[in-house]
Amino acid sequence: MTTTPIVRTLPRHLLSAADLNRDEALLVLDTAEELARLADRPIKKLPTLRGRTVVNLFFEDSTRTRTSFEVAAKRLSADVINFSAKGSSVSKGESLKDTALTLEAMGADAVVCRHGASGAPHRLANWIRGSVINAGDGTHEHPTQALLDTFTMRNRLGRIEELRVVIVGDVLHSRVARSNVLLLSTLGAEVTLVAPPTLLPVGVDTWPCSVSYELDAVLPKSDVVMMLRVQRERMYGGFFPTTREYSRRYGLDARRMATLPDDAIVMHPGPMNRGVEIAAEVADSVRSTIVEQVANGVSVRMAVLYLLLGGAFIETVEVAA
Amino acid sequence: MSAARPQADNRPVTGDPSVARPVLDAADLGRALTRIAHEIVERNHGAAGVVLLGIPTRGVSLARRLGERIAGIEPVTVDVPTSVPIGSLDVTMYRDDLRLRGVRPLEPTEIPSGGVDGKVVVLVDDVLFSGRTIRAALDALSDLGRPRAVQLAVLVDRGHRELPIRPDYVGKNIPTSLTETVHVLLEDIDGRDAVLLGPADLARAAAEETTR
Repeated sequence: MTTTPIVRTLPRHLLSAADLNRDEALLVLDTAEELARLADRPIKKLPTLRGRTVVNLFFEDSTRTRTSFEVAAKRLSADVINFSAKGSSVSKGESLKDTALTLEAMGADAVVCRHGASGAPHRLANWIRGSVINAGDGTHEHPTQALLDTFTMRNRLGRIEELRVVIVGDVLHSRVARSNVLLLSTLGAEVTLVAPPTLLPVGVDTWPCSVSYELDAVLPKSDVVMMLRVQRERMYGGFFPTTREYSRRYGLDARRMATLPDDAIVMHPGPMNRGVEIAAEVADSVRSTIVEQVANGVSVRMAVLYLLLGGAFIETVEVAA
Repeated sequence: MSAARPQADNRPVTGDPSVARPVLDAADLGRALTRIAHEIVERNHGAAGVVLLGIPTRGVSLARRLGERIAGIEPVTVDVPTSVPIGSLDVTMYRDDLRLRGVRPLEPTEIPSGGVDGKVVVLVDDVLFSGRTIRAALDALSDLGRPRAVQLAVLVDRGHRELPIRPDYVGKNIPTSLTETVHVLLEDIDGRDAVLLGPADLARAAAEETTR
């Protein structure tokens, strides 16, 4: 009897949280857990991706995602090129495809793409040979955010399976919500979305989660509360009467936090609007994982970069053999 | 025996242990470890300052067993207040063959709380072959600190070195041909202790056959 090698690997691109099956998602989380220990070492750097080039292609503003990817790539010794739409040829009218082909010609092994248009990274993946990592596309997906959120949940609560996760707020404009719903359901958590009806996307009934309009009814039965930012920059119209009314009904303040079970945690993908969706005292409380999420983001993105770029693509191996 | 290996070991399973010939049985393996433990203590004039770092998966298990034996030889004294620190050192991220095949999952690296600075680090692995794993381990170690000295203990030295690396402690030298495979089985991972020498690597031979 001959056993075959256990090869666990990721798809070539990470465009959607739905690209990952349960084993692949757990592989990312386990890898991130090992890489997280690097933070305690005197030399926080590994030689693994030496000579590989990672391009951060950001068409939208970002602080934590871009720096997080940059730190992650640098800790793995990759060369990082930061490209933002401002100050580039994009402002002269260059198309996404031409930009992509330029980067391709410069030998990018991975392109980390953030774009205001949903689906832009998918288009990109057809044009270039390297791996494409979606770092947020429009109101569609943000898979590495979902990975770092699940990583944080597993760290704090010890499991993902059967966790009751409530995602509250502007689901309509949130790529974080969609990616989290997909990933958490893959990993066996029970997700409930809570939002005013105007801030829920069409077709949310087909998502693998339940929906509620009443935050107070859901909180006492949840292990994780994830607050979403109200994305005013994407709102062209009245989605709720006033910020104050939104905050009153869907904001997390100290009174609401007190109704949570004892070990429940409060998450926020950032950037926060303190006083709107989350009160300052909640954001700074011991239940809050907001700072941890940022630290975990680096480990998770290192894991993704390692798993996408660290080995040979299987098809390359077959050609070489 | 069943050739199914536990999930933890992600190295490709090569050859077929069921047709392999035993080279060391459980008693031989135990005696080899006892001798290595004595040699480590002898060479270092005691166990003070010695740290055992196993290379996952089987090296970690061997390091733990060497540690138990050293604790049995060297009584706890003022100089050595506790037993020998034992840890694990994953070398995956430092390997030179990462890009030759699919990505490998990481194994745990656990450095004992005292660290490795100024210590005598004994790297422990099951089989010494090309020496490339040990090369990677030396690089990994230099990122963790500056040991006073690094020594190498292996259960089996099968020859065919590709780098100038030499073990300090060897359980058994087994001359092999390049097509043979060495299987180290350990109680806590495989259910029994043994070292088996298998015939030509059937899995790889088959793969090469199809691509030729």
